[in-house]
Amino acid sequence: MRRISWFNATSLTLGFAFLYLPMIILIIYSFNESKLVTVWAGFSTKWYGTLMSNQAFLDAALVTAKVALASSSIATVLGTMAALVLVRAGRFYGRTLFSGMIYAPLVMPEVITGLSLLLLFIGIGLDRGVFTIILAHTTFTMCFVSVVVSSRLVTFDRSLEEAALDLGCSPFDAFRLVTLPIIAPAVISGWLLAFTLSLDDLVIASFTAGPSSTTLPIKIWSAVRLGVSPEINALSTIMIGIVAAAVIAASLMTKRASLRQQADERAAVRA
Amino acid sequence: MRRLALIALPYAWLLALFLVPFLIVFKISLSDIATAIPPYTPTLDFRAGWQGIKDFFSELDFENFAFLATDSLYWKAYVSSLTIAFISTILTLLVGYPIAYGMASAPDHWRPTLMMLVILPFWTSFLIRVYSWMGILSTEGYLNQLLLGLGLISTPLTILNTPTAVYIGIVYTYLPFMILPIYSALERMDGSLLEAAEDLGCSRLTAFWLITVPLSKTGIIAGCFLVFIPVIGEFVIPSLLGGSQTLMIGKVLWEEFFNNRDWPVASAVAVVLLLILIVPIVLFQMNEQKSREAEQ
Repeated sequence: MRRISWFNATSLTLGFAFLYLPMIILIIYSFNESKLVTVWAGFSTKWYGTLMSNQAFLDAALVTAKVALASSSIATVLGTMAALVLVRAGRFYGRTLFSGMIYAPLVMPEVITGLSLLLLFIGIGLDRGVFTIILAHTTFTMCFVSVVVSSRLVTFDRSLEEAALDLGCSPFDAFRLVTLPIIAPAVISGWLLAFTLSLDDLVIASFTAGPSSTTLPIKIWSAVRLGVSPEINALSTIMIGIVAAAVIAASLMTKRASLRQQADERAAVRA
Repeated sequence: MRRLALIALPYAWLLALFLVPFLIVFKISLSDIATAIPPYTPTLDFRAGWQGIKDFFSELDFENFAFLATDSLYWKAYVSSLTIAFISTILTLLVGYPIAYGMASAPDHWRPTLMMLVILPFWTSFLIRVYSWMGILSTEGYLNQLLLGLGLISTPLTILNTPTAVYIGIVYTYLPFMILPIYSALERMDGSLLEAAEDLGCSRLTAFWLITVPLSKTGIIAGCFLVFIPVIGEFVIPSLLGGSQTLMIGKVLWEEFFNNRDWPVASAVAVVLLLILIVPIVLFQMNEQKSREAEQ
């Protein structure tokens, strides 16, 4: 086994310290008694209490959850369809435009996407609210889903699907029973990506939200522009905790799944 | 028939909610500001028939673009966005490469954990990660407390609301985008090439320059574009960390729209920004194409 050199050990330690220290400091100071965020005055969970009794934050969290659930689910369906088109449909009229529209939103500055969607909604007279944020989030996250799913579809062995068709499956059943279970991990990670992108988005939501549909990032934004606050530290800690738990659980699950698959393969070889 | 439905649904969605909005932005960038709802003129009136359409087109002009070219605020903002994006890309590369290199040379059983540690911040809210630096960099912040406590400085440093804070924020939030492509290029590298070079009398540093760097070139290029392109239009980082000193075009567009309520000028700013971005986006696609071909 290779030993890790001093240089590599140092750069890894410093690198990960840089990535994690700011968040660790944030978490520690969310348990600070003092209202002055940079002065430590003893351990307290009172900021979590004030956060939980802040109705405006709870309302914003509810709006954000609704938007993220709806938009990531629609985006997963549309994005998977778009991935099937990109990988499978072959040539059709307007294919270049189609793939351009899939890849362009990935690098498009959010201010442009937000501005253009807002001008569309105003142009067609659609009232801004939860519905318009869902439309906006679906549009930009479906492109991320289709990139994730199409990278899995490229390596998919089509003969499996052809076998199902030969054995009398309808094309839809072949997709449902053969293709979908195989690409399912990519579809799920696409959904997760769309969900977090939607949860996280400030700029596009600011352009497309109405006065009655403030999302959590918009709420956080208007609070942090005034400076650091212990309440926001507490909220950030909760959000970091949820994400960390989800990511660690997902990686443990994929690890266990791949171990099980290896065991299955070994069993199949022996049989 | 089924194929047609499969293509038509996502296609129609993207046309209606991606392409058409851009055409609207382009159209409004040719209009004039007005005190009306919506706050620009002309608006297309189909009821006036052919004459209405003709009037509509005759009133569109490139006045807003001429305005952008003459008012120094705008071109300064474009130049400063490009400069900040360029410098911060180099800084992110300098910070990210050693980390990616360290990951690629770590023992095999460490790698999944190291990967997860790089990806985890990427899933955490961007806004919160930028915000976490406000408490560190402010005048009475943790960094100044530490440096004063150690006796390294006698008066607190002003870092927050300066370009330095923006560079720190960009390097911090975009680091995973730089590390991951470089790591995946380095991971594929054949270690015996380095041994061969050393056997043939190369020093370790020369071997690094002659073998490791060229072989990770596609990863470096991909990482640089993944940082450079989105940073040009960045809004959150300059607004929270840059203060009024830092001029970036994403912030100018936002203020033009929300504070000045000048929709035609905001649209013109967006159109020009898009034109600037086309060059790096096309170069990035070409690099991706090349690396895909190299893999096959």
